Amino acid sequence: MQTIEFKRRPKIIAGYTIAGPKEGQGNFGKYFDYVMHDDIFGEKTYEMAERKMFEQAVTGALQKAGLKSADINLLLAGDLLNQIISSSYTARAFNMPYLGMFGACSTMAESLAAGATLIDGGYFENVVCLTGSHFSTAERQFRFPLELGNQRVPTSQWTATAAGAAVLSLHGKGASVCMATYGRVIDYGVTDVNNMGAAMAPSAADTLINHFEETGRKPSYYDLIVTGDLGKLGSDILIDLLEEKGIKLGANYCDCGHCYYSRRQDTMCGASGCGVSASVLNGYILNKLNKGEYRKVLFVPTGALMSTTASGQGESIPGVSHAIVIEAGE
Amino acid sequence: MKNQQINQKYNRYVEARIPKTKAWPSLFNSFWVGGVICLIGQGINDALLYIFPSMAEQTAWAWTLIALIFIASFLTALGVYDKIGKFAGGGSIVPITGFSNSISSPAIEFKHEGIIYGTCVKMFTVAGPVIVCGVVASVVVGLIYYIAGLI
Repeated sequence: MQTIEFKRRPKIIAGYTIAGPKEGQGNFGKYFDYVMHDDIFGEKTYEMAERKMFEQAVTGALQKAGLKSADINLLLAGDLLNQIISSSYTARAFNMPYLGMFGACSTMAESLAAGATLIDGGYFENVVCLTGSHFSTAERQFRFPLELGNQRVPTSQWTATAAGAAVLSLHGKGASVCMATYGRVIDYGVTDVNNMGAAMAPSAADTLINHFEETGRKPSYYDLIVTGDLGKLGSDILIDLLEEKGIKLGANYCDCGHCYYSRRQDTMCGASGCGVSASVLNGYILNKLNKGEYRKVLFVPTGALMSTTASGQGESIPGVSHAIVIEAGE
Repeated sequence: MKNQQINQKYNRYVEARIPKTKAWPSLFNSFWVGGVICLIGQGINDALLYIFPSMAEQTAWAWTLIALIFIASFLTALGVYDKIGKFAGGGSIVPITGFSNSISSPAIEFKHEGIIYGTCVKMFTVAGPVIVCGVVASVVVGLIYYIAGLI
């Protein structure tokens, strides 16, 4: 069994999102708590800007939850940079016990699933789950310098500058995390680093198939099934892969990356990065859950577990995907 | 073996679904932007020869190249050249201005890691292969030329 049910139903008592200016102009702009005026965010380097975003996300989420940093038993955080520096440096700034997570762009679900499991086990009361990404830091680590005059291929995606933090708690009010399906690492041999959607789609399909089999539910059970950053191509592939197995995703399915930017923003296949699913979940989805417009949401972000070293040596890109079921509070 | 077949099947399927770049519009933009850059180069060259009639043609060529390299680096620093490149593709990569951009952009990008370990080390990350291949090719051509001369 990959799916577990949480008896105590830990609640997301607060979520905070921060995004860059381009993301603010995108389709989810009005749901973000804070939109930065520029990508550098008053810092010296983009890496420091990313860190500042993370810190603001934690501070903002704690404020919304009405908690102090001393009330937090554990911080679960991850990002895309080497040795997840943004997360670790953020943990340094707050006096909290910290576990670094790496699930690439699936980190939001990974940390929420792990957090909910730990709380449900009775060991912790309040856990903060945090992740994000920054276009300029990811670009320099994975691709080319910002000012290089090259063209993007049609399958490429735009790394979003955004971060999101969620406070998971045993007490309080909010949407509850009811189930989690931990995903396996799936690799269908895609080596093209400019086509992450195709590399990750099989992992989302695997997790979803397992989730539906183990719970006996159908896609129509949920008000919303949302993947992270498969992009346009990746989400089309996911629909095909599931259809082959007899599972039909309907109008309640959407991919955060695909709908993240508006069409005019010219981002090819859409958005990617940890920040996409983190900001959509903590901004848009939590908002709709708390208003009661959604009752049951299946949140399935995917992560491409590649590194520049491995891809340079011709390795294919493995994908991982974790699913969590979030239900609106009473 | 079975896994390999699944992977091959999946990769063929993905290949068929990938959206393709529209060839004609990109070729057209690439052609006219590349042409304009060359026209600017020729303009600079002619102007130099007109203003300084005593200048040797080869000296004028050198100054033209320096001017183009400077303009491209300047536009890179202003954040303009990447926009031209996004629009024109090969049209702005192939001329010497593209070469200039490929060296100045990492130099700007990595300046936070320091002058030596940042700018100096990373400056040739993009242009390095071009320089290496160019040098190797010129050595090979030189050898052929030398051997052909002996015969």
